[in-house]
Amino acid sequence: MTDIISWLAVIVILIATTTLLIHKDWRISLGALAVLYLAMFWHITSHLPFAMGSAKLITGWMVIAILGMTRLNLSNSEEEKKSFYPQGQTFRLALMAIIALASFAAAPRIETAIPGLGVPVITSGLILIGGGIIQLGISTNLLRISLGLLTFIAGFEILYAAIESAILVAGLLAIINIGLSLLGSYLLIAGSPTQETQDEV
Amino acid sequence: MSSPILWIALPFTVGTFILLFINEKYATWIGGTLCALLSLTAFFIPIDTALLLGTLSIKIAPAVQFFGRSFELNTADGALLTIIYGVATLWFFGAQVSGTATRFVSLGLMIISLLTASLAVEPFLYAALLLEVAAMLVIPLLLPTTQKANQGVARFLIYQTLAMPFILFSGWLLAGVEASPTNIGSTTLSGTMLSIGFAFLFSVFPFYNWIPSLMEENSPYASGFLLWALPTFTTIFALGFLDRYTWLRTSPQLINALQFTGVFMVASGGIFASLQKHIGRIFAYATIAETGLILLAFSIQNIDIVILTISILLVRGIELPTWALALSILKQNSNSLKFSDLQGFFRKFPIATISLIIVHLSMLGFPLLAGFPTRLAIWQLMANISPTLLIWLFMGAMGLLIAAVRTLAVFVMTDEESNWKLNEGWVQITMLGLGVSGLFILGLLPQALNPLLKHLPALFERLSQ
Repeated sequence: MTDIISWLAVIVILIATTTLLIHKDWRISLGALAVLYLAMFWHITSHLPFAMGSAKLITGWMVIAILGMTRLNLSNSEEEKKSFYPQGQTFRLALMAIIALASFAAAPRIETAIPGLGVPVITSGLILIGGGIIQLGISTNLLRISLGLLTFIAGFEILYAAIESAILVAGLLAIINIGLSLLGSYLLIAGSPTQETQDEV
Repeated sequence: MSSPILWIALPFTVGTFILLFINEKYATWIGGTLCALLSLTAFFIPIDTALLLGTLSIKIAPAVQFFGRSFELNTADGALLTIIYGVATLWFFGAQVSGTATRFVSLGLMIISLLTASLAVEPFLYAALLLEVAAMLVIPLLLPTTQKANQGVARFLIYQTLAMPFILFSGWLLAGVEASPTNIGSTTLSGTMLSIGFAFLFSVFPFYNWIPSLMEENSPYASGFLLWALPTFTTIFALGFLDRYTWLRTSPQLINALQFTGVFMVASGGIFASLQKHIGRIFAYATIAETGLILLAFSIQNIDIVILTISILLVRGIELPTWALALSILKQNSNSLKFSDLQGFFRKFPIATISLIIVHLSMLGFPLLAGFPTRLAIWQLMANISPTLLIWLFMGAMGLLIAAVRTLAVFVMTDEESNWKLNEGWVQITMLGLGVSGLFILGLLPQALNPLLKHLPALFERLSQ
């Protein structure tokens, strides 16, 4: 039963990461990130105590709240800007398919080399890391960059939770997650018309 | 009192206090004085040794427990703390006259304390996490709220964040390699992950593209601080890895990779610097070339590796604040740092322009200046390995020399009728004078560093054997 739920979590993570990559609407992207953190919570609790897994879930949702509240107060002009990078959804889907295939193929080999992690955990971790790197590679939008970094870190956290259970590490990773979202918000706000008006006032 | 509280918690708390309550005018004095006191304390009071002052006995305990992990700063760390907080003093006293972002001192203090924590944390691998937190604090320092975020800042954040997982995973794998060194698979994997992690941290080619854009678009003083602080602590972190893992420091593949990367960075940094028309970008490429030099110092199979590497860092700690301050003064008084906007500045800002040229010459290894002795040592050691490497190193130095000559030509390019003026303030002149004097003193008397450097081998015992 646990195995089935773990594989379901892998599928949820794949869908959420793909949604993050192909959807331009920031609300849907943040929703996908929220679902992603839920699936991540399941994987983490297979290696860490429930309390530590919950802390990571709460941190993840706090991150989403910070980014969401910031984005809510900004105009849509930023997202409408044309980017030099490829925009096509098909292109992004193809990239995600490559990442998914590579992750499913590599996970059993990594499990053989480093036993104990669990194939579903490794697969999810690799999908998230790959998805995050793609997001960082094809986007210049600051919100997208923040989402890419958070996705990448989430993948790393799933894998690292299986090998390291120190409270200090969990705490520092929570600080890094919240810090990244605060920085994302700061970068979005810096120099924006809202900020300039406030400074003038 | 314990050393982590004194050199980590205290500056962090003072930084937070300054951020919330103190006027920036007083902030530079508080921050600078605190760092000077911490530097002097580290130099004069040995950690973990009882000191009798009349009937009073003072002892700084070396460790403190935090969330089940230990933060330790031992007797051997004293010299390093002296250097770090000594250089930080220069940065903070210079901040007021550089006209930089108002949060420089407060955030700077927090960054320094977090980076010091990265030296102290046990297991030392967790330093990667602290380096990332410190890197995140740099962003508000670089970017005032009124300035739009640019690509340089975004790339910096991405690369620093990507580094952390690679370092943490490689550290975990390295523990396995130590247990079974014959396992070639995990040795290769851990070595590769470690190299990728440090390539991001050191901004090795091609990951250094954010440095020139950062210097072009942001405050030169804050960017200069970043280019001093993070590479310095990353270097010490990397020395820790080399010290701990014997197979790593004796691996011929790693040594070759370090030599190739180092030479490539020195040569490319120098050549690109010679092609720039923006003195901020020239500064960026000069720092890239110097990072290459640090990588070359790592590749040296010699007991002097620690002293040589820390000497480069120490000299860099004088060069970068002076150069960044000179750039800030020029930027405050011109539209930009482009050559076209700086023509004739030699007559308007003689001290700033002369200081800038002297620091530039020091960073390329000009004789009689502080950068020369360390570069000479590296050139000699590289010549023994391969003359080809030496040719590329000279090409890098020549590139930087061309950049210096071009900058000088722009500064003196003016009509005969322009009058000489001393537009720098007395604090600016004092700070620049201190920096330039330091470069001459260390160039003429490199042995002046001996009192600081003699204790450093104890910090990396296995590397120094």
